Amino acid sequence: MLTILFDGLAYGMLLFVLAVGLSITLGLMNFINLAHGAFAMAGGYIAVVMMQRFGLSLFWGLPAAFVICAIVGAVLERTLYVRLYDKSHLEQVMFTIGLVFMSMAAVDYFMGASPQIVDVPKILDGNLELGFVSINKYRLFVIVFCALLTVVLQLGLSKTRFGSRLRAAVDDARVARGLGIDVTKIFALTFAFGSGLAGLGGALGAAIFSLDPQFPLKFMIYFLVVIAVGGTSTITGPFFASILLGVADVAGKYYTPEIGGHKIEIGGFVIYTIMVLVLIFRPQGLFGRAPGK
Amino acid sequence: MSTGRRTSQAMSWFANRARWRWPEIALWIAAYALVILFPSRALLFNEVAILALFAVSLDIVLGYAGIVSLGHGAFFGLGAYAAGLLAKAGAGVAPLSDPTLGLLFAALVCGFVGYITSFLVLRGADLTRLMVTLGVALIFAELANRMAWLTGGADGLQGVAPSKILGLFDFDLYGRNAYLYSLTVLFLLFVLARKIVQSPYGLSLRAIKGNALRARAIGIPVNRRLNAAYTLGAAYAGVAGALLAQTTSFVSLDVLEFHRSADVMLIVIFGGVGTLYGAIVGAAAYKAMYDILAAATPQYWQFWLGLALVLLVLFVRGGILGLVAEVRRRIAGHGK
Repeated sequence: MLTILFDGLAYGMLLFVLAVGLSITLGLMNFINLAHGAFAMAGGYIAVVMMQRFGLSLFWGLPAAFVICAIVGAVLERTLYVRLYDKSHLEQVMFTIGLVFMSMAAVDYFMGASPQIVDVPKILDGNLELGFVSINKYRLFVIVFCALLTVVLQLGLSKTRFGSRLRAAVDDARVARGLGIDVTKIFALTFAFGSGLAGLGGALGAAIFSLDPQFPLKFMIYFLVVIAVGGTSTITGPFFASILLGVADVAGKYYTPEIGGHKIEIGGFVIYTIMVLVLIFRPQGLFGRAPGK
Repeated sequence: MSTGRRTSQAMSWFANRARWRWPEIALWIAAYALVILFPSRALLFNEVAILALFAVSLDIVLGYAGIVSLGHGAFFGLGAYAAGLLAKAGAGVAPLSDPTLGLLFAALVCGFVGYITSFLVLRGADLTRLMVTLGVALIFAELANRMAWLTGGADGLQGVAPSKILGLFDFDLYGRNAYLYSLTVLFLLFVLARKIVQSPYGLSLRAIKGNALRARAIGIPVNRRLNAAYTLGAAYAGVAGALLAQTTSFVSLDVLEFHRSADVMLIVIFGGVGTLYGAIVGAAAYKAMYDILAAATPQYWQFWLGLALVLLVLFVRGGILGLVAEVRRRIAGHGK
């Protein structure tokens, strides 16, 4: 029971780091970037390449994944995405799905279709025995790391000047622009930072979930659930949504109640049903505020 | 006097829109002629016809009602299972296992489910709709996977053996009759869809898509109209799924996978949104592209598909039919 909770927590924390960039860019520009998972996949593969080809440890892979993904994100945002902000949601969806397909095929071409196996650093390998419960060291590291990251993000958003500008822009981009805030610049920076975080999450999670070219499509659904449940106006919303989703997902894989003689695995249902119910009764998200407009 | 003239003007405008033009007639004749010209490719043509019907169904929802759906595959899969299960249950009992009855059954089931879910879908704006449709599709896929006692689970539904079409034509091994059957269903449903989108009801959908607030202000019951369009699209998609189940005698979980919903969206966009014929052109182009690219690079054809999509969004508005119209405008412009 405790192990499930713990694994779920680690999984949820990872989901949060993966999805938070998407949630903010969506709230800021009302732009549907389904290719967000592609950045996460890129981060994962960057870490894998560094470890397998150059023999570096994961601790080098993490910052590298962050920096490279952030740069790629910034470049793509300035050259391609910027042309789509005034287009319809449908076109944004098609465009970003096109990017997803391209990234999947490209990764398949260069790295092969089989899942990558990632060795965690020696110090984080194995379990920590705490008498009554044994804890996987790497998962503990993931939880601590992501928790620190979340605190930093929350502080950055609430205490810094950039953070308050960002919050103003998310709240109402037009008024923020009228007050002299350069929303375009803020958006570019946020987009790059969010892409970097996705890359970081991908690198961090490569050892926990299987990393293969199908990744962006598989996780696109999870991202959408996080955003649907968590809303896009804060980062605490997606945070709790991610934890909820992570625990529900891991727990759903363990419990298989029997209904009418048939074993029913409830994993997927719980998540999708939660998402649909939340969307119906609270379209702004479980933790989101109703828009003031 | 003047109202009378205005009415007759409106009537002639409608009549003009509804008139069959020669490229349309040529297209359908060509479609039927294909099976005589290339009898060995009938199975491929059959797939195109089914895909085209599926695309038409999404075009009704997306192109006319303006509902962005990422989960239209749910109805395709549901229709396939409905027809498959009916054919299995009624195997041997002639009227029950008739394919046409299977189509009707699939349309009813999907129409009903579509009607129920349309209320969920219509609650939100674009992004919420996207996620609700996706969520509904995922729930269906999970259901089919878990209810293995009914659907066969990962092994698929085997032993789907529909009897002769209307008790007259058997499904042959080369897919000739299957293609003619699918094409005829496509043709009949297409004519119906064409009538619907050109009717006053179809015009009211266009008005809603243009501006829902103003449409409501001139007295169009917006939500009821959209519910109806979603239901119709769902029923059409169900028929397409049923055709697949009947002509391949097999239903697998693949019919409910996410890529079905994404593919059909690509097809509609490729062809041109809100044109109906775009769905057919898009389906043919998509299948041809798939055939050529997948033959050249079996694993990586997705890359070219993605690239085509990106370029389409960036440079061409309105898909292939939009491109054709643009070229024709350019040529006409040069002539002057």
